[in-house]
Amino acid sequence: MNPHRRSPFVVVMTVLVFLFLYVPIFVLVLYSFNASRTNVTFEGFITAFGPLQMQGSLVVQSPCGPFHWFCDLTRNQEVMTAARNTLTIAFVSTLISTLIGTMAAIALQRHEFKIKPFAQLSLYIPIVIPEIVMGIGILTLFSQVFTWVNTTFNLPPDLRLTLGMGTVIVSHIAFSVPFVTLVVQARLQGFDPSYEEAAMDLGANELVTFWRVTLPMLLPGVLSGALLAFTLSLDDFVITFFTTGPGATTLPIYVYGLLRRIITPQVNALSTVWILIVLAAVFLIQRLENRERA
Amino acid sequence: MSVYAVELRDVVKTFHTPEGGTINAVDHVDMQIRHGEFFSMLGSSGCGKTTSLRMIAGFEWPTSGEVFIDGEPQGHKPPFQRKVNTVFQSYALFQHMTVFQNVAFGLEMDKVPPEEIKRRVGEALAMVKLTGLEKRYPRQLSGGQQQRVALARALVKRPKVLLLDEPLGALDLKLRKEMQLELKTLQREVGITFVFVTHDQEEALSMSDRIAVMSYGKVMQVGTPVEIYERPRNKFVADFIGETNLLDGTVRSVDGNSLTVFVPALNAEVRALHQGAFHAGQEVSLSIRPEKIRLVEKPTECANCFPAQVKQVAYIGADTRVIAQVVQAQLRVWEQNMVSTLDPDAYFQQNEQAWALLPPENLLALPVE
Repeated sequence: MNPHRRSPFVVVMTVLVFLFLYVPIFVLVLYSFNASRTNVTFEGFITAFGPLQMQGSLVVQSPCGPFHWFCDLTRNQEVMTAARNTLTIAFVSTLISTLIGTMAAIALQRHEFKIKPFAQLSLYIPIVIPEIVMGIGILTLFSQVFTWVNTTFNLPPDLRLTLGMGTVIVSHIAFSVPFVTLVVQARLQGFDPSYEEAAMDLGANELVTFWRVTLPMLLPGVLSGALLAFTLSLDDFVITFFTTGPGATTLPIYVYGLLRRIITPQVNALSTVWILIVLAAVFLIQRLENRERA
Repeated sequence: MSVYAVELRDVVKTFHTPEGGTINAVDHVDMQIRHGEFFSMLGSSGCGKTTSLRMIAGFEWPTSGEVFIDGEPQGHKPPFQRKVNTVFQSYALFQHMTVFQNVAFGLEMDKVPPEEIKRRVGEALAMVKLTGLEKRYPRQLSGGQQQRVALARALVKRPKVLLLDEPLGALDLKLRKEMQLELKTLQREVGITFVFVTHDQEEALSMSDRIAVMSYGKVMQVGTPVEIYERPRNKFVADFIGETNLLDGTVRSVDGNSLTVFVPALNAEVRALHQGAFHAGQEVSLSIRPEKIRLVEKPTECANCFPAQVKQVAYIGADTRVIAQVVQAQLRVWEQNMVSTLDPDAYFQQNEQAWALLPPENLLALPVE
């Protein structure tokens, strides 16, 4: 018997796992091209280009053809605002958490200090505790601190600290930092100290060595940490739900709001675009890691 | 210009062991390295040779004692302020930079003008025969080529002293032999002092002007390759460099450069050479190299000759290696195969009876530690 022969069980399981993972996504993408605006059943693609024509709940003809719901999406001011908020939050929180995470990783790898074991362990806590616990925790912290500051300094209404973009960004930084730190730390673990010694031997002081040698060599790790932080921030619903305020609606929050009313193919179109963005990010991470191994 | 390119004066480097103790990786070492010299530190791993090199480079600071480079005490100067450059065992080429950028790095740090950088990098790469590979990245080069880039990167700065930490260790045997020759030639051409760390004694013997043999953080002997091999100062060096036979005995009388020693294993008095102070009644070890013992069927003259029985024979081409029972001592004897013949009688056979000649000028008396 050929020991390498695949057992049918393994084949069936593999196929089932892939179906389970990807059929929902496929259906979701398919429905973003649905001709029916109720989006309960798939009524076929919108095939005709031209001025918008409806027949009951069916779209017969659209200026964008099959991409009707995608065009529709761009005209939706609320979606556009939510998208802008989401990206702003993701960019700012990624930037800051990458900075903090990288510095933390270097400190943890290079230096010995008293609270090091505790600091290392504390990195895992935000990763393992349920998001809802962290969300409530952060919300409690913000509301306590804000109430205290607002009453103590007797701030006028327009200067009062409130929940909004700022609080969402801070909370996203809080949950991203451990991920960035761990990814950069993994990269540092295999880092041969002779590279830095060589740079110093050739006349570079500590600062120049860091900028010219250490950082460029860590860059793939830093970038994949940053991309991880970015996708985590784009995705986040639970923590954002607790820490958001007026004017800081993000896409996940907006979609959740829509779903409570009606599911239109617009939601599917939005999700499709989103999947594409996240896929691109994942693809980029893969590319970075592969380039390193080559 | 000072007398020495590098000097270590009573240098100690103490490390903490994981068990909470301390260990002197370098233990009161004095070393003087002359200008333009190819100087090797030779020893097995943990003998303190790499730590000594790292203290010259400035990656480590001595616990006590002082390192001088060109007469200047280095104290706690960081590596980037020292007039030495290093070739690392792992080469440590910057992976994100091209060959050109790697070699240019040190000159950029010295704020050398760009045109001059271009010219000097070109010269350095020509010197190590890598012209044309400027735009390659280190991972696109073979091990030998990477080694040359590391060499060019360090030499382009024209250091007072070039430090080399087992630079040939990662190369295969054939390439290593080639690079040994090339390194030696290069050193003569540039005239820079080379301090070379190795555990390979053949490498050290064939390349160096002088060698420091090290063991457990201490310098056992400093000398030319010939001195180290032919006149070892102690049992450690005699045993560590090449192969030798050691016979214990007691000094009976001293007469100028030679002495008479009673060797219980031979149940006889033998004459031997000595260097240093010995007195009658002192315990000594006699060292004789396997190739310096003669094994003959009949002795013509007999100073230090003893009946021997051939115990084991190994024919290895250039010579025949014999283990001979000489009275109660087992001695290794290498007989050079001077004549080309297939006649088995020309070579020693197992259990053959013969005479072993231990010429007094080849027997060296060494103190027992």
